[in-house]
Amino acid sequence: MPLLTTVDRAGAGVLNFLEFTGAMASFGGRALVEAFRPPYEPGEIIRHIYSFGYRSAPLVGTAGLAIGVVLSMHTRASLERFGAEAMIPAGLAIAMIRETGPLTAALLVSGRVGAGIGAELGAMKVSEQIDALEANAVDAFKYLAVTRIIALMIVMPLLTILMDFAGIFGGYLAEVAVSGISAQMYFERAFTYISYSDLIPATVKTVVFGFLIAGAASYLGFTTSRGTEGVGEASTRSVVLGSMLVILGDVILVKLIFFFYPPVSG
Amino acid sequence: MTPPADQPAVRLDHVSKAFGSRTVLDDVSFEIEKGKAFCLLGRSGTGKSVTLRHIVGLVQPDRGKVFVEGRDITPLRGRELADVRKHMGFLFQNSALFDSMSVGDNVAFPMRRHTDWPEQKIREQAQQKLAAVGLEKDYDKMPADLSGGMKKRAGLARAMALDPAILLVDEPSAGLDPITAGEIDELLLETKRGGTTLAVVTHNIPSARVIGDDFGVLHEGKLLARGSLEDLDASEEPLVQAFMRSQGGG
Repeated sequence: MPLLTTVDRAGAGVLNFLEFTGAMASFGGRALVEAFRPPYEPGEIIRHIYSFGYRSAPLVGTAGLAIGVVLSMHTRASLERFGAEAMIPAGLAIAMIRETGPLTAALLVSGRVGAGIGAELGAMKVSEQIDALEANAVDAFKYLAVTRIIALMIVMPLLTILMDFAGIFGGYLAEVAVSGISAQMYFERAFTYISYSDLIPATVKTVVFGFLIAGAASYLGFTTSRGTEGVGEASTRSVVLGSMLVILGDVILVKLIFFFYPPVSG
Repeated sequence: MTPPADQPAVRLDHVSKAFGSRTVLDDVSFEIEKGKAFCLLGRSGTGKSVTLRHIVGLVQPDRGKVFVEGRDITPLRGRELADVRKHMGFLFQNSALFDSMSVGDNVAFPMRRHTDWPEQKIREQAQQKLAAVGLEKDYDKMPADLSGGMKKRAGLARAMALDPAILLVDEPSAGLDPITAGEIDELLLETKRGGTTLAVVTHNIPSARVIGDDFGVLHEGKLLARGSLEDLDASEEPLVQAFMRSQGGG
């Protein structure tokens, strides 16, 4: 009997997971379709771009600077052993642009913006504001979810570029303090080995991160129940789910990038 | 979208609705005549608000049909449903003001969405609607800065923004003091005098007696009684009697 109960529970858990995944995928798919149908709500999209982008820039820029300093220290510690200190700027730039910048920016945005979307839409749901939009003959899904998803898809690459360059600049500050390298030499060495195939796919993949973060948070906001407790839960789950999707999505996207842009050896 | 003379403004035709295993509405039918006020009475949790949500298309019936101004809205979705909703106003129980906008912008919101009026005219109209509910000085306030009664009045101003043909009102006096509740009743009466059809969900019998032309009593998802004030006062159904004799407000 206990075995049956355990099997039942496991089965119910799997079914719940599949139902949740299916509903979220359907929500995301609908958002993609609706994005191409009028009305396009440009005013709302611009408002969200400001809110997500401009207001996240200080956090992302500061974090990038700090990560650049730390990366520089770690890279120096490793490369000094081989007498390859000259490669520090290039190593740091490649690391920032190809992976550290996009992934860290996405995780930070998931924390700041994802939580905000989940909480805001959740609060609107439990206070009947979403119903009020519908009753006012406004497509709430489009007005609230699609505009946020589009805005974050636009904002993510911009924030990533900010993080990349803040990181490279942070690395420069650390290197100046340790070795007194000139700005010209540092940035020349940093960008010598960077090609468009490093920068573009890694930056463009963050469009997908933006979709995943805003899509997951919007879904959780739209399906919020149980009052203020539900709102808190939607906010927390938005961060957790958004971050998980970014990390899992990154694995797939990196594989795809390597398929289309194979790493150059030698 | 004026209904033909022989069509009621709203008609529910054998509507049933369940959420999971819980039946909320069970074969409910009624009509609301154009320009009249229909008050739906009943204890908490008997499906009154769900009935209103059916009329505005926020909830679809499992069985039965909902007609608004002669048109079956049950199969409508998207733009078609939005077109019907443009002719209706909805005052939510908790007002449901958009808390990221000022009170004035809340009232202006339906005008900005559904008219091509210049901004100046929209502002004037919103100001006028707010003045009609006594909030002319509160245009720039945020909803969080308003009292419960003021929120309700602002919600009513927003619901009336486009001078809808049908106004749906969910618990207009819930949580309000008797004086504010009386003011809201007076506003609804004025709206009705202007030719608007009202569907009002309420627990407040004295208020319903003031506003209503026609009444229905919902109990456990069924329409227990239906008729004029006199019909319900004369009803021998114990629950209807208890309701009609109660003085309970809010």
